[in-house]
Amino acid sequence: MKPARFAYQRAATTEHVLEALHRSGGEARVIAGGQSLVPMLNMRLARPALLVDIMHVAALSHVDDDGARLTIGAGVRQRDLEMRHDTAARQPLLAMALPWLGHVQTRSRGTVCGSIAHADPSAELPLVLTALRGEVHLRSRRRARRLPAEAFFTGMMVTARAEDELIEAVSVPAVRPGTGYAFREISRRHGDFAIAAFAAVADEKELRLAIGGVAETPKARVLPTDQGLDDALDTFAWNLEARDDLHASARYRRELVRRIGREVVLAAIRDREARALKEAT
Amino acid sequence: MSRQAPAVLDAGQRHPVRFTLNGRKAGGEAEPRMLLHDFLRHVLGATGTHVGCEHGICGACTVQIDGAPARACLTLAVQADGAEIRTVEGLALAPDRLSALQEAFRAHHGLQCGFCTPGILMSLDALLRERPDCGEAEIRETLSGHLCRCTGYTPIVKAALAAAEALRVPHHA
Ligand SMILES: Cc1cc2nc3c(=O)[nH]c(=O)nc-3n(C[C@@H](O)[C@H](O)[C@H](O)COP(=O)(O)OP(=O)(O)OC[C@H]3O[C@@H](n4cnc5c(N)ncnc54)[C@H](O)[C@@H]3O)c2cc1C
Ligand code: FES
Ligand code: FES
Repeated sequence: MKPARFAYQRAATTEHVLEALHRSGGEARVIAGGQSLVPMLNMRLARPALLVDIMHVAALSHVDDDGARLTIGAGVRQRDLEMRHDTAARQPLLAMALPWLGHVQTRSRGTVCGSIAHADPSAELPLVLTALRGEVHLRSRRRARRLPAEAFFTGMMVTARAEDELIEAVSVPAVRPGTGYAFREISRRHGDFAIAAFAAVADEKELRLAIGGVAETPKARVLPTDQGLDDALDTFAWNLEARDDLHASARYRRELVRRIGREVVLAAIRDREARALKEAT
Repeated sequence: MSRQAPAVLDAGQRHPVRFTLNGRKAGGEAEPRMLLHDFLRHVLGATGTHVGCEHGICGACTVQIDGAPARACLTLAVQADGAEIRTVEGLALAPDRLSALQEAFRAHHGLQCGFCTPGILMSLDALLRERPDCGEAEIRETLSGHLCRCTGYTPIVKAALAAAEALRVPHHA
């Protein structure tokens, strides 16, 4: 399994990347960590004419924290975010989800934004971005725009990104006082793609649960905290239109949504209470 | 930062690739589509790195790129230009002196056919450097990125634990 021929350009600035994407008329592709793209090249499922390597663009390699939001540049590798000293303190959900993303040997190369661009329905980071109401920062020579996660993911491995657009960064709100978080993944083995994955955020106003691996994109719902929870989870389970596949039946996935979904929202509420206690002391 | 757009390496042409391999300068020529493991094996003649699935699943091709374990089969040789690469050939202290990790694999039967071994050694070597006090859970998590069809993993875990111990108490054995 060897890739077909392509040309390669190591970009030094964001402008180089945008210029190459602009000029190629859809024949160029960004290569970031290569952990999803290179398997597709090897299997010849992708045959781009030009690969633009963005990993040497210094301006893309930062995590910016302005107090309210974390903005993660396109050059930030998954492992770097996982090992950053303050990721767990600044956005717990990211720290909870990252260890589930493949293996240490793939996280060392793979980027955060590359996973968002790839938009696998079972992927952890698109789920986290959806749960947190994160944004995707897109830039081309024509324009710069930001899309909320739910508008960005439009189908199974399909996104609203135009061919000449670079994902410059993704951003998520930083941890907020009075907010709790929980994450859980069900897979055959650690490191496998999720059969279903769950991310919940609980604050004083709402309880939000996002689910990946079941529908074609991650989906989020605001759930009631009272007795209506089980009914709401059941409706959510049916709305996801789960399908049978090699890994699990639709029925099994719906049952996961009802049961594990419930456990995860309760865990987020407990996390919120624990954090409130800590904040008080 | 340069204003001029960097050179495009043409498809189908060979281009120079240089990096540090196990502490020494190494170089050769590669088409942009050449994968790092093919460059190591066929251009540089470093055949210690094995190749299995060529799509990132099995871990046989794992090497260290700038200190971190990574799949050579998911890295283009041209991407590795300028990097520091370590492979299994770089582990032994001398031709007749195995590293503590290699010695533990020998002592605990951590390999049978040896196909998966170079990759596993590179992952565990990185783990033991980063976390000398790691326990079984971390070792198993690291091993989740590798497939071994012979050993059933238990001897590998034992070998890794023994190596961690030996490295903590260097003059013990
Ligand atoms: C064995 C194995 C297990 C894995 N397990 C998981 C898992 O459990 N969960 C999971 O989520 N993923 C998993 N992955 C995939 C993950 O490792 C990838 O890192 C991630 O999906 C893509 O990120 P990347 O930086 O490697 O992107 P690349 O592979 O370089 O690119 C992927 C796609 O995104 C595009 N792209 C990348 N960056 C940008 C950008 N900034 N702007 C525009 N387009 C861009 C590329 O053109 C390409 O189409 C696994 C991979 C392997 C090999
Ligand atoms: S050959 Fe690279 S992971 Fe299998
Ligand atoms: S020793 Fe044979 S595959 Fe691991």
